Amino acid sequence: MDEYYDPNDLPRFAEMGSDVPELWEKFNTWYGAVFEAGALSKREKALIALAVAHAVQCPYCIDAYTEGCLEQGSNLEQMTEAVHVASAIKGGSALVHGIQMRKIAEKVSM
Amino acid sequence: MTAVLPTLHSRQHPLSSSSEQLRVLQPESLAQAATPFEQSLDRAGLGPLRACGIEVVQINVGKLCNQPCKHCHVDAGPDRTEENMAPETFDHCFEAIRAIGWPEVDITGGAPELNPCFRPFVERVRAAGCPVTDRCNLTVLTLRSQRDLAGFLADHEVRVVASLPYFLSSRTDAQRGEGVFAKSIQGLRKLNRLGYGIAGSGLELDLVYNPTGAFLPPDQQALEADFRRELRRRHGVEFNALFAMTNMPISRYLEFLVRTGNYERYMGRLVSAFNPAAVRALMCRTMISVGWDGRLYDCDFNQMLGLEVGFGRPRHIKDFDPRALEERQIVTRQHCYGCTAGSGSSCGGATA
Repeated sequence: MDEYYDPNDLPRFAEMGSDVPELWEKFNTWYGAVFEAGALSKREKALIALAVAHAVQCPYCIDAYTEGCLEQGSNLEQMTEAVHVASAIKGGSALVHGIQMRKIAEKVSM
Repeated sequence: MTAVLPTLHSRQHPLSSSSEQLRVLQPESLAQAATPFEQSLDRAGLGPLRACGIEVVQINVGKLCNQPCKHCHVDAGPDRTEENMAPETFDHCFEAIRAIGWPEVDITGGAPELNPCFRPFVERVRAAGCPVTDRCNLTVLTLRSQRDLAGFLADHEVRVVASLPYFLSSRTDAQRGEGVFAKSIQGLRKLNRLGYGIAGSGLELDLVYNPTGAFLPPDQQALEADFRRELRRRHGVEFNALFAMTNMPISRYLEFLVRTGNYERYMGRLVSAFNPAAVRALMCRTMISVGWDGRLYDCDFNQMLGLEVGFGRPRHIKDFDPRALEERQIVTRQHCYGCTAGSGSSCGGATA
């Protein structure tokens, strides 16, 4: 193995059912149900998945849900906005922790 | 945006030959050999594929077109002036249509309206009572030589099925050429002014979406709602229905897939998305396809791959015999996965 991430690993995902087929089956059933249309449309769910994929920085998920969003009829403008939402939350999340920093600094300072 | 390339034919590209396309499409040409289409049909208890009547005669009147789109399975374009249907072949088509009992006539190309016999033929089959569909690229309506085309189509109550891959200019122009979206909107407005796409007018205007890249089409119903909302809001354009079609790995689209390194993945996607429920309503089961030179095929895609009607059935419009063709076995290859993936795909959109 030369690299940790290999695009050819994505189609091998099902190998995670090797030795534990019941767990894989349960995961698949649940995963499939999550992405069915419900209170949210399939397209909205794919856009959320794309945003989360960026937040967790998973190249497999980015690959899968870029295609998934296009196949659900989203366009690049919508997909880029979704990534900005994820980035804003990640940035905001870092920034809001600054309050903790300020509180600690305040506590230890004269 | 990358520029639209000239036709494969004018570039003398190896993929302009149907035999080279068939070679690339062989299951074993992939790094991970794909299941042959016939095997997928058999496993689902659906093989061999057979026709169940002739409800539609689809006539491809030639490869001449005013624009060379990146995904065109016909490799049509302005340079394709040779391969266009001659008057006597139109006469043979008319006789075949009579023999069937005046079925639906679906006229495609190229830009079929550029064939000088298009209008007389439409007049003739409409007078005989056949419903007629014109597969129109929209920009042809804006050509100076075709100023009266929209009026002609309306006067003869021809259904217009128009290509519009997306409701934004960026994606449409990326596939069809710079400025095509703006001209397409002009064409749609012209049709709307005549009543096309307007409820109660009796003039039907349907749109065809096809993906602007190496991915499958979205859910047809959801996409139709998007197109209706966005075309109305942005351009004041109305239409009746939207058909979501899958791009077929043939000709220019196949060349795009191979050139951009997307071929293996796209074919894998089509094979893994095989949907037995999409097989029943496949268009090849109820239509016959006629080439510009009168040869007979199971569909327009087989036509572009040079796969004539097989199994000893008549192969030319001159020898047309409805009884010999209505329950014929369909000729299939790996490209057929394009019509059975996901929700299925046909000239009338999703099949499942």
